[in-house]
Amino acid sequence: MSALLISGGRILDPRSGRDGIADVLIQDGSVVDIGTSLQEGDAEVLDARGLVVAPGLVDLHTHVREPGREDEETIASVSAAAAAGGYTAICAMPNTDPVADTASVVEKVWALGRETGLVEVAPAGALSRGQAGQQMADLGEMAQSVARVRLFTDDGHGVQDALFARRAMEYLGGLGGVYAEHCEDASLAAGGQMHEGPRSIRLGLRGIPAAAEELMAARDIALARLTGCRLHLLHLSTRGSVELVRKAKAEGLPVTAEATPHHFTLTDEALEGYDPNMKVNPPLRAESDRAAIIAGLADGTIDAIATDHAPHALEEKDREFTYAPPGMVGLETALALAVSELVVPGHMSLLDVIDRLSAAPARILGLQGQGQITVGSPANLVVFDLLEQWQVDASLFYSRSRNTAFAGRTLTGRVAHTIFRGRPTVRDGAVAGVLV
Amino acid sequence: MIKHLLSMDQLSAEDITQILDTADSLRQVTDRPIKKLPTLRGRTVCNLFYEPSTRTRISFELAAKRLSADVINFSADSKSSVSKGESFKDTAWTLEAMGVDAIVVRHSSSGAPHQLSQWVRASVINAGDGAHEHPTQALLDLFSVREHFKDFEDLKVAIVGDILHSRVARSNVKGLLTMGAQVTLIGPPTLLPPQGDAWGASTSYDLDAVIGDMDICYLLRVQQERQSEQLFPSLREYASRWGLDRRRLAKMKPDAIVMHPGPMNRGVEIGADVSESPRAIILNQVANGLAVRMSLLYLMLGGRGEEMVDE
Repeated sequence: MSALLISGGRILDPRSGRDGIADVLIQDGSVVDIGTSLQEGDAEVLDARGLVVAPGLVDLHTHVREPGREDEETIASVSAAAAAGGYTAICAMPNTDPVADTASVVEKVWALGRETGLVEVAPAGALSRGQAGQQMADLGEMAQSVARVRLFTDDGHGVQDALFARRAMEYLGGLGGVYAEHCEDASLAAGGQMHEGPRSIRLGLRGIPAAAEELMAARDIALARLTGCRLHLLHLSTRGSVELVRKAKAEGLPVTAEATPHHFTLTDEALEGYDPNMKVNPPLRAESDRAAIIAGLADGTIDAIATDHAPHALEEKDREFTYAPPGMVGLETALALAVSELVVPGHMSLLDVIDRLSAAPARILGLQGQGQITVGSPANLVVFDLLEQWQVDASLFYSRSRNTAFAGRTLTGRVAHTIFRGRPTVRDGAVAGVLV
Repeated sequence: MIKHLLSMDQLSAEDITQILDTADSLRQVTDRPIKKLPTLRGRTVCNLFYEPSTRTRISFELAAKRLSADVINFSADSKSSVSKGESFKDTAWTLEAMGVDAIVVRHSSSGAPHQLSQWVRASVINAGDGAHEHPTQALLDLFSVREHFKDFEDLKVAIVGDILHSRVARSNVKGLLTMGAQVTLIGPPTLLPPQGDAWGASTSYDLDAVIGDMDICYLLRVQQERQSEQLFPSLREYASRWGLDRRRLAKMKPDAIVMHPGPMNRGVEIGADVSESPRAIILNQVANGLAVRMSLLYLMLGGRGEEMVDE
């Protein structure tokens, strides 16, 4: 019998609305009591006075790179990065090599996650074989595998063919799956390097218009209306997309959405120096888009904050802007960016931010033991200092990759401990048993 | 003087005037029997060209040699260097290790000179980057304009053609506006910036409506591939609506001039007879390129304190 007592922290649980000082007693991996002055003779005590205790964070959007690009990230390294960032679950995107389009690949990813044991790794499956957008992947077999895939996506690019999208939604509807879209019309976005606007024209970089995203978001919402399938829109970046989701929700359609920390923090202004670390897809947009993303997160139009953690090797990023692949890592800075950019300026309450980072994504993924602090539930928790300021140093990341947009930036809010299934995976900011 | 020349944004009207004045004096050198100055003796200039370019590279090479600098030419196809061979950064560091003083860079990727300037101590001169800028082209064009009109004030300049994909247009708009000229961008809507006024220039789709007011008609090369990208119906239609033919030339003011950065598509953006008319100063532009590039190298490398060691 192992017992852990987290004492004196401010418990924040979005699902129940709890916000107050209390102790949390954990035994055999589960929360067994929440209250004041809890005692347990042989329990290890984690002093959480002055700290926030929240449900472990859940990332809907992690590129794990294994199998295929283990030089950039592995399930083990991404699990450590996630734990360091306060996460207890991640959804592994299927654009690996080979693509996660069969039960055997998703089961492998799931098993590697389990073996690493730092976070719950929930694999997403591809919608189409090889993510080529033509032939359905083994949707049912992945859903019924031990990995119990629930979210399916061709993330990396959008499904271009409307009929394929319709069929996939209809088929997934019968499996209780979620159709997740990277909204991007390939013809409008072709060759695009950054957000299309006055700045892209001035910098001489081909633009990706907001319409490239909005067109597909509108199409998929229409198809969700047609098929009744659960639709999740990945990494929304434009004001128009937020408005489309707002209307779809008002209509009662089964639509959810996510946004990334970089889209609520940065704008295309970051592209001025042609730093390939600022290149991401969807691109950093205009200030009005950033404001709309924040408003969407605040009013719940956008359900979740997701990282789109996309590790890239140094040699791939450290080259001409046009040739560098899009994407940035995000697991180890997401919580601090949410605190710094959403809570500190007063755009959102801390409870709502925690909801978007934990309870909401756990609900979308259907992860039962995540996103809540409840007696009887698995103890998946993050303990963090809301006020601590720290400077981002990419050389200290647990991720194998360093392609962050935030190197050198001072952020507020720092993870102290992460508890996964009752066991501390992170103590005082260091991942247990893992060297940087 | 500036350390790197990456964009016309960096240059004030005073800077530009200094560059043009210096070019004026240096041009006299090219009229001498011995066309060489010792100013950059012992300095090394590298032409790093990732895109095929004959005229710009030769112009820089000659400019550096006329100032007695040692010149290295490094040409690589950017497409093949993506898939194999040395990375841009490793090449930059190699040149740095060899003690190069200036790198003149041409690259198909916008911003490549910016990135290069962060990796090396040498001066970086942008000789054209993607669809971003081509500042030395703008400077030689300004030199040519000043040579003809003496003054930029109230000068009306039409830049006609594929503005959207043109680094020449970007640099020229900035330079001309800085010097006090008025600029109108003309072309089909698909080739103009949607926010044309973002650069401080006005825009028009109708060349015939404005050509009579212009002092300068600056024509841009129409790339053949724009037709296949569905940016306009055909080269024939382009020529009929935006090409400068004899009929349109006749509508221009008597002292108005025609400019083109080359290479020309005769019969598309410019009529063959127009390009050969005395109103076209296209060959002057080429000749002035040499003096302006000498001026830049002289100002950027010549006055950097570390004096030349005598042999």
